[in-house]
Amino acid sequence: MVSGSGLINANPIIYEKKKRRARPAPVVADDEYALRAISLTLLNHIRDIKDPEHPYSLEELKVITEDAVEVDDNNSYVRVTFTPTVEHCSMATIIGLCLRVKLMRSLPLRYKVDIRVAPGSHATEPAVNKQLNDKERVAAALENPNLVDMVDECLTPSYG
Amino acid sequence: MAELSQLTRYIESYVDSSSTPSLQAATLEAVACLVKNNTLTLEALVREMGLYLTTTDNIIRARGILLLAELLTCIGAKPLGSATIHSLIEFFKDRLADWKALRGALVGCLALMRRKSNVGTVTSDDAKAVARSYLEHLQVQSLGQHDRKLCLELLDCLLEVYSDAVAPLGDDLVYGICEAIDSEKDPECLMLAFHVVESLARLYPDPSGPLASYAGELFEILGSYFPIHFTHPRDGDADVQRDDLSRALMNAFASTPFFEPFVIPLLLEKVSSSLLSAKVDSLKYLTLCSSKYGADRIAKHAGAIWFSLKDAICTYLEEPIFSLTSAPLHGMHFQNNEIVTEAISLLQMMIMQDSGLLVSSIVNDDDVSMVLNSIACYKKYNVFPALEKQKLHAIGRILYVTAKTSTSSCNVIFQTLFSRLMDTLGFPMRSIGSFSNDDVPPQRLKLGSLYLFIELLSGLRELITVSEEPALQYVSEHEICCTLLNSFSTSLSRAFCYALAVSAETDPLDPDIYIGVKGLQILATFPGDDFPVPRFIFENILRKFMSIITEDFNKTVLWQAVLKALVHIGSFIHKFHDSAKALSYRSYVVEKIVELLPLDDSSMPFSLKLEALSDMGMTGRKHMLRILQGLRETVFANLSEGYLHGNSRSAQTVIWLLECYSCKLLPWIHENEGSEEFVFQFAVESWDQVGNCMDFKAPSEEKGLLGALMKMMKLAVGSCSVDSQNIIVQKAFSILSSHTNFLLKELERLPLTPEKYDISHRDEWIVSLFASVVTAVCPQTCIPNKKVILHLFIITLLRGVVPAAQALGSMINKLVSNSNDAEISSDLTLEEALDIIFNTKVHISRTVTLQRCGGMSDGSEVVLTDLCLGIATDRQIQINAISGLSWIGKGLLLRGHEKLKDVTMIFLECLLSGTKGASALIQDSLENTDDLNRDPSVMKCAADAFHILISDSEACLNRTFHSIIRPLYKQRFFSSMMPIFLQVITKSQSSLSRSLLYRAFAHIISDTPMIVILSEAKKLIPILLDCLSMLAEDIQDKDMLYDLLLVLSGILTEKNGREVVTGNAHIIIDRLIRLMDYPHKTLVRETALQCLVAMSELPHARIYPMRTQVLRAISKVLDDKKRVVRQEAVRCSKAWSIA
Repeated sequence: MVSGSGLINANPIIYEKKKRRARPAPVVADDEYALRAISLTLLNHIRDIKDPEHPYSLEELKVITEDAVEVDDNNSYVRVTFTPTVEHCSMATIIGLCLRVKLMRSLPLRYKVDIRVAPGSHATEPAVNKQLNDKERVAAALENPNLVDMVDECLTPSYG
Repeated sequence: MAELSQLTRYIESYVDSSSTPSLQAATLEAVACLVKNNTLTLEALVREMGLYLTTTDNIIRARGILLLAELLTCIGAKPLGSATIHSLIEFFKDRLADWKALRGALVGCLALMRRKSNVGTVTSDDAKAVARSYLEHLQVQSLGQHDRKLCLELLDCLLEVYSDAVAPLGDDLVYGICEAIDSEKDPECLMLAFHVVESLARLYPDPSGPLASYAGELFEILGSYFPIHFTHPRDGDADVQRDDLSRALMNAFASTPFFEPFVIPLLLEKVSSSLLSAKVDSLKYLTLCSSKYGADRIAKHAGAIWFSLKDAICTYLEEPIFSLTSAPLHGMHFQNNEIVTEAISLLQMMIMQDSGLLVSSIVNDDDVSMVLNSIACYKKYNVFPALEKQKLHAIGRILYVTAKTSTSSCNVIFQTLFSRLMDTLGFPMRSIGSFSNDDVPPQRLKLGSLYLFIELLSGLRELITVSEEPALQYVSEHEICCTLLNSFSTSLSRAFCYALAVSAETDPLDPDIYIGVKGLQILATFPGDDFPVPRFIFENILRKFMSIITEDFNKTVLWQAVLKALVHIGSFIHKFHDSAKALSYRSYVVEKIVELLPLDDSSMPFSLKLEALSDMGMTGRKHMLRILQGLRETVFANLSEGYLHGNSRSAQTVIWLLECYSCKLLPWIHENEGSEEFVFQFAVESWDQVGNCMDFKAPSEEKGLLGALMKMMKLAVGSCSVDSQNIIVQKAFSILSSHTNFLLKELERLPLTPEKYDISHRDEWIVSLFASVVTAVCPQTCIPNKKVILHLFIITLLRGVVPAAQALGSMINKLVSNSNDAEISSDLTLEEALDIIFNTKVHISRTVTLQRCGGMSDGSEVVLTDLCLGIATDRQIQINAISGLSWIGKGLLLRGHEKLKDVTMIFLECLLSGTKGASALIQDSLENTDDLNRDPSVMKCAADAFHILISDSEACLNRTFHSIIRPLYKQRFFSSMMPIFLQVITKSQSSLSRSLLYRAFAHIISDTPMIVILSEAKKLIPILLDCLSMLAEDIQDKDMLYDLLLVLSGILTEKNGREVVTGNAHIIIDRLIRLMDYPHKTLVRETALQCLVAMSELPHARIYPMRTQVLRAISKVLDDKKRVVRQEAVRCSKAWSIA
């Protein structure tokens, strides 16, 4: 994806990582669905994904923030909104794909995952959104060994 | 001549630049050997080498000189004449000018210079000449790394060994050294260079000497290295680490006071650097330098140093930890921070060096007065703004250090600050004389000033206690700080008490509570009976604390804090045995606690009483004894109450007290080597009491009391000496013989008739208690009437009294064997005892015996092993016999006796149905039985017997109870049992017996050390997996299942195990997937997932076929109801989707 002409965003701004919030003590004896702070858990799953271009995590680049994750547990629905670092970023689809793969591996099947670019943060926003939420195109992308390698590479430094 | 030609060949091969290094080393050794044996003189060698040393060919000359030099290094221990040395050093000295062949000259000079004085050394004139030549010819920095190192070594050697000889060189030398070390980069060379500077400083201490004038130049070179920062790999071949370099540079900095004008400003500048390591280093350097440079030179920097110090402490000191457990007798406790630690040690050093100046600048500091003003504004600790709180902590720490460092600094601090603090607290200085009790309303209390008081007082306390000589305590009477404290202690203690009162009313989790308790604790732990803190204050504090203990038990935080404080005070006071304060502690605290025990007020929870009791007892031996006495009285008073009148509350009290005694107090007594006397007395008296009570009435049905008594008795007997044990056993035996229905005389007659006795509750009590004594004694202790006791135990174990079986096992374990010690013939030996156990006839009445056994004499007399095999129709007797036999087997297993084999065969026989001939021993009886006789509950009992055999038991047969334990007994048992099990499992026909065989084997596997399992992993894996699937069926086996799964995960993570696992990957993964949703135990699911993660690292080709299956299974577990499992599942799914 990265062509010979160099990086898309050669000099991104790096933000400080937030301290991991300690797991809130369970109020009742054990964590039931109603009580778990699921959006934080979710964030923990995706915050360490590496940027495809830079050796920083998505959180450090503020591609993902705490408010970016919305969860509706009763309806098994998750929506992740991410903000590409620059408007014309061609990495946006890759980042979205990484997010989707990671969530696919970390969430039970019953969840419907919706991934989109933050409104106004990308030049071709509708196209990217459409591409990311099209099952067939995602499946096709995951058939492509180059793309899968790239995604796996981005997911490696994460834990959890 | 032959030798000479040989020598020439050696030289040739060394000089030849194409020969390998190992060959060169060999020839060097050969020549050295010749010289050492005196077959070759040095003169002859030099003569022979002549041309090689002087030829114009640079390479050959260099090699030749190096050979000579290396040779001299080799023969460093061989005495040489002074003429030889002189001519050699002369030669090498001249060669220093020869830059093309320098290495040899350097090595040669070094070899000669380093010679010990008893083997001939270089004269000082020669050394001086070498130094001159060195300074004249060598351009150190233009050489390679190794040569530079040699040069610096030579320089170092000259300065260290020949300092007198080189001293006259003066300016030349200093200049030469500057030149030699300028812009050096290599760590190893730098270490040497720093050391050279240090030696140089020692050489010219004179203020008008050459070093003084060159100090600026020299420091310019050195200063550029600070702070040391290097990026060498941490490990690897670099021997020099950053810390070594930093230390060497620090010594060089501190080596001479001439550096002072340059060093201190540099360091002060670097203290404010943003690099943390630079900060720490500068503070460290400052500490050393100021101690080395002397007070006069440092005085002019004192102000600047103070400011940067204060700054560092203010910035880096974290929140104090409000916990009374840590650092009980010091001031506030803080998280360790390197910068703060260094800053504080610098402060302490400077106060010690020149207290007046620095202390006055502390006292007059703006920040200090600001803090003093601000504490007047806030009433509670928590309302301080963050910034001011930080200042408060920092100033507190500084005051603490100032107070504890020296008497004079402490005086100054107290003189200037005490009254001001008192004023903010609301006790004006002038009212000392006319102080009335109620003139300070608690509303005016300022917690900030109390905080500062804690730091100040603990500083003073440390100052007084550190020097424990009584002389200083006299001196302290005249010190202002102490007199001030003395006159104000009443007000202070009152203020701290108010703090408790105020804070306890409001917020339960308040640092104010800590401040109050800590302050009182510090006041109470001043040494000296009446000075500086008077005794009545000490007593008031104790009274206050005790009132909280007895009344405020609902305020948990306060109560715990006070208890801890009392414990600290107790252990501090206990050191001064007979002082008045120790006496008052005993009467105000220890006695009060003991008095609490019998009180039947339902207000204070008993568990809290016990906590206070045991904590207080552990403060010292005397306190413990008093508390034990109280405990004994209460126990005995409640014991008779508890079971004569069936008072369940008293019984519960006794149970709690005995629990506390055996779990908390006994271990303490054991560790602190004291009062075995009490333990012994208590055990004997307990027997008396039990005997007395038994006279009147049978005990109630309640088992708890018996259990507690037995546990106490075992632990007490186990910790006594053999003599005391003998007495206790005698006592127990006499009670046993006089208080049971058993007529011990009759027991000697055979056959035994268990059914004759109806074991009453009372009998069970006494036999169990007696059994617990027997369980815990040492092997040397003598047990009376062993034979009768054996009979007694056999009868009772058949009636289901487990402690009797355990005692029997312990006896078997400890008896002396025939073969070991033939002398003791009067005593019962192991062989005789085994004979009794296995061959004594037991009379079973005809009704319960199988009719088919009619072939036996009378048809009703059988032995224990027959009972196990089900001769009798009474299943309960069979189960009792099996479990009894398993304890006996455990005794045998621990000591490694071969009879164990027979015992395990009996168990196996019970497990097998329909198959014959596993053991010859029981073949006869086998014919008498058939499948119908096998009851699943009996078989399960036999399977669980293996658990008893191999697992560690807390109740008996362990080190606490003096068992004989053979090393590696588990390993031995495993390797003897494994082939048998493998064989019978494959042969077994019926599914029931197969599943129970699995069960028995699972017990063995899960308790065997991992290392043995690993070596047999190949054979074990299939059985292990079968066991897992078998155990997963029954919810009751979940713990066993988990233990077994742990064994599997152990195999998976071990390297040897991996290979075996690879072969069986398919079935293992299959099994693990099934365990992933095991509903009854979270740990099982978690471990199964972890095992799967480990499996994903196996060779790709083996596991790829299972990938889809695993991923599909994991996707279900992702929705598990436990969080840990979900997280583990995510990890697992990641590992497998990458695989």
